[in-house]
Amino acid sequence: MGVEGIGARVVRKEDKRFITGKGRYVDDIKLTGMTHAYFIRSPHAHAKVKGIDSSAALKMPGVVAVLTGKQLVDDKVGNLICGWAITSKDGSPMKMGAWPAMAPETVRFVGQAVAVVIAESKNLARDAAEAVVVDYEELPAVADMQAAIKAGAPQLHPEAPGNQVYDWVIGDEGATDAAFSKAANVVKLDVTNNRLAPNAMEPRAAIADYDAAEEHFTLYTTSQNPHVARLVLSAFYNIAPEHKLRVIAPDVGGGFGSKIFIYPEEMVALWASKKVGRPVKWTGDRTEAFLTDAHGRDHVTHAEMAFDTSNKIIGLKVKTYANFGAYMSLFSSSVPTYLYATLLSGQYNIPAIHAEVIGVYTNTTPVDAYRGAGRPEASYLIERLMETAARQLNVDPAELRRTNFITQFPHQTPVIMAYDTGDFNASLDAAMKAIDYAGFAARKAQAKSQGKLRGIGVSCYIEACGIAPSKAVGSLGAGVGLWESAEVRVNPVGTIEILTGSHSHGQGHETTFCQLVADRLGVPISQVSIVHGDTDKVQFGMGTYGSRSAAVGLTAILKAMEKMESKAKKIAAHALEASEADIVIENGEFKVTGTDKAIALPMVALAAYTAHNLPDGMEPGLKESAFYDPTNFTFPAGAYICELEVDPGTGKTSFINFVAADDFGRLINPMIVEGQVHGGLAQGIGQALLEHAIYDANGQPVTASFMDYAMPRADDLPSFNLSHTTTLCPGNPLGIKGCGEAGAIGASAAVINAITDAIGKNNLEMPATPDRVWRTIHAA
Amino acid sequence: MSTVKLTVNGKAVAVDVEDRTLLVQLLRDHLNLTGTHVGCDTSQCGACVVHMDGRAVKSCTMLAGQADGASITTIEGIAKGDELHPMQAAFRDNHGLQCGYCTPGMIMSAIDIVHRHGGQLDEATVRHELEGNICRCTGYHNIVKAVLDAAGRMKVAQAAE
Repeated sequence: MGVEGIGARVVRKEDKRFITGKGRYVDDIKLTGMTHAYFIRSPHAHAKVKGIDSSAALKMPGVVAVLTGKQLVDDKVGNLICGWAITSKDGSPMKMGAWPAMAPETVRFVGQAVAVVIAESKNLARDAAEAVVVDYEELPAVADMQAAIKAGAPQLHPEAPGNQVYDWVIGDEGATDAAFSKAANVVKLDVTNNRLAPNAMEPRAAIADYDAAEEHFTLYTTSQNPHVARLVLSAFYNIAPEHKLRVIAPDVGGGFGSKIFIYPEEMVALWASKKVGRPVKWTGDRTEAFLTDAHGRDHVTHAEMAFDTSNKIIGLKVKTYANFGAYMSLFSSSVPTYLYATLLSGQYNIPAIHAEVIGVYTNTTPVDAYRGAGRPEASYLIERLMETAARQLNVDPAELRRTNFITQFPHQTPVIMAYDTGDFNASLDAAMKAIDYAGFAARKAQAKSQGKLRGIGVSCYIEACGIAPSKAVGSLGAGVGLWESAEVRVNPVGTIEILTGSHSHGQGHETTFCQLVADRLGVPISQVSIVHGDTDKVQFGMGTYGSRSAAVGLTAILKAMEKMESKAKKIAAHALEASEADIVIENGEFKVTGTDKAIALPMVALAAYTAHNLPDGMEPGLKESAFYDPTNFTFPAGAYICELEVDPGTGKTSFINFVAADDFGRLINPMIVEGQVHGGLAQGIGQALLEHAIYDANGQPVTASFMDYAMPRADDLPSFNLSHTTTLCPGNPLGIKGCGEAGAIGASAAVINAITDAIGKNNLEMPATPDRVWRTIHAA
Repeated sequence: MSTVKLTVNGKAVAVDVEDRTLLVQLLRDHLNLTGTHVGCDTSQCGACVVHMDGRAVKSCTMLAGQADGASITTIEGIAKGDELHPMQAAFRDNHGLQCGYCTPGMIMSAIDIVHRHGGQLDEATVRHELEGNICRCTGYHNIVKAVLDAAGRMKVAQAAE
């Protein structure tokens, strides 16, 4: 590797603008004549909208318009869609309740918009919103999943009797029942996977600008996938055809999944901009983020694991209820099915698995992908089960895992996934060494002498990233292909622009993607720029989620680079009067191998564009593009071990050590990979100890600001002890698996396994607040 | 409406604002200093931290009028031309930022922390002091490293002056 090539800890190119206050986020953008939107949102979890009186508001200073859900529907703006079709076990399609961007008749969660005020400033819009009178007729609401599926529960959608979205199954029920009938031991566990609010630090925002002369819209938006946004806005929401709609996602302040989806506010801003003939800006505040950003997790599961006499797993049965909230968000249907149940084999040989997932509507904010999306729920369940089993079977939890590890690859699980490669023993060995697992008993005894309860918890996760190939996900119901595109432009002076459909909102693509170019051509990364986030600049792309940007997006760049290099070699060979096969690329030069003859990249580029002396028949220019569709998911895996102490007097948890040994395949920039793991671990630990999006029985959110929802602070977290083991991913030429979500997937179980080890009681739900831990310790 | 006179990043300015205007709105909307961010509206997250007369304040939680006569420094005002402030450099060198949204407030708070503690900073103190700044990307690991690194750099810079 060069100093800036693959594997180098290159300091980020994008940092200068962020550390000097020159980042350009949506809310930083001002357009001439821009108006401001403020949404009027339902204070009720379930109500009929009987009428909206905006006459007083319209007379207030600076008010341009008050627009309602009825007008939106009359203008034929399409309902929000869910882009992954799931079929219930009885063969019926999932039951999708209609979701207009502003509710014309019925609101189904607190925060759902019914109207919008457009005014000269945000303050004036907010003032006027106070004067809009909405006449609601309250309806009975249900926020709890178990209550929602009971007979007689308030019904959300006429399309979905019993509030059921679907009842979906995977695996072989007969084979699983047969395995259980032969079991020497059965371990049972009930777990709740707590609802989380994603809380990217930048609240969502949108600026819509309609050009009446060109009948063209421009949308600046906080999106992880601007092309997908344009596709959906165009194909399903009837905003404008794609060539009349430009979507720009500039600097985006974190996403974690929540900015994948196309939300009502963007749709309304676009529609309103045309209505009022001026640009419309909306910037959400934090409470709006809690009310309207798609939440994550929220499962209730019963699982049973069957073991034979040698402690080998012979079967797994899972029944999960997944809370969808009031509507089906864009990819919500896939999260508790194909992103969750397909990972239920964990790192283990499990010959028979059967899982049933029941999706449930409640009068709460919609739930969709949040960092890990289904895989944290699967990993948490399996790793809590393994720990519970170890305690019940009276074996060391690490040893029980080893007994059951998959060691032969490729490995076909009973739940679709075919793991391509891995070395689970290696990552567990690395983690156990890093934390001195063997010395734990002595440390526990030492802590006990000081009145502290010390515990250790293991979590061996596996996840599936990349989400591909397109043909496979299409056969499972996905409404889109999941490839990525790239374009390499070598300018006439030899500088390079990489256009990518991936989107960076903290991941550091402007650095890591340049590192690939530096690695291949030997040019400094200062000569390379990354262009992304604008549908007018980049042809197409599927965006960034599912830890796909390196494994899929970077591989697309590699494919385009290979095409460009092939052409450039022909030009160089022609100029140097050598054979193309003898040309090698080193330090920014095309060399004839074994000679001192060379031509620098800028001269090759210039030759391509002057076209004065190209090989016969060659087109001028030096620009190539590629679409890359992977052959399989990638399977990052690793072992996390947490050591902590619980104060039995207060229930407070203090970290002693947290070690993570991850196998992400090849690392492009270890510094950035480590940063991704740190952030993921913080979110996983946040789920385990602090975070919980709570509703009361009537669907009123109890946690709708940072004063109520416990975000992890610096003092809540330890420094992390990271290491890597490596098996290269055979599914892509760079051998990359992806690192963006692992921390959030693996951490929660390690923490809860450690606390329950410390306190000697196995049943403890997340978040394990001091109050909850204290009560568990002192329960009879 | 009132006229608020203050010094921002060394420049004297007078701005006519509605009385309810927050300091962060004056900076962002009237002076186009968009490096200072709003992340929570409730004084929890610290994305809006600036310095007022040398002390860290949350600019989303005070009225512009309360800054009348004060000297305000924002993230745009701490580098000397092309030379980054040691805290800015330490955040970059330690990968103390990802999406960059909390970063301006983090850096402004961190400078204040170092000033208040002099050279007496350790990891536990930094973590405790960062209570009012929330980051969702980094897990704080590299932010803590950056602040400790910068504390050393600022000491050296001070000694050199």
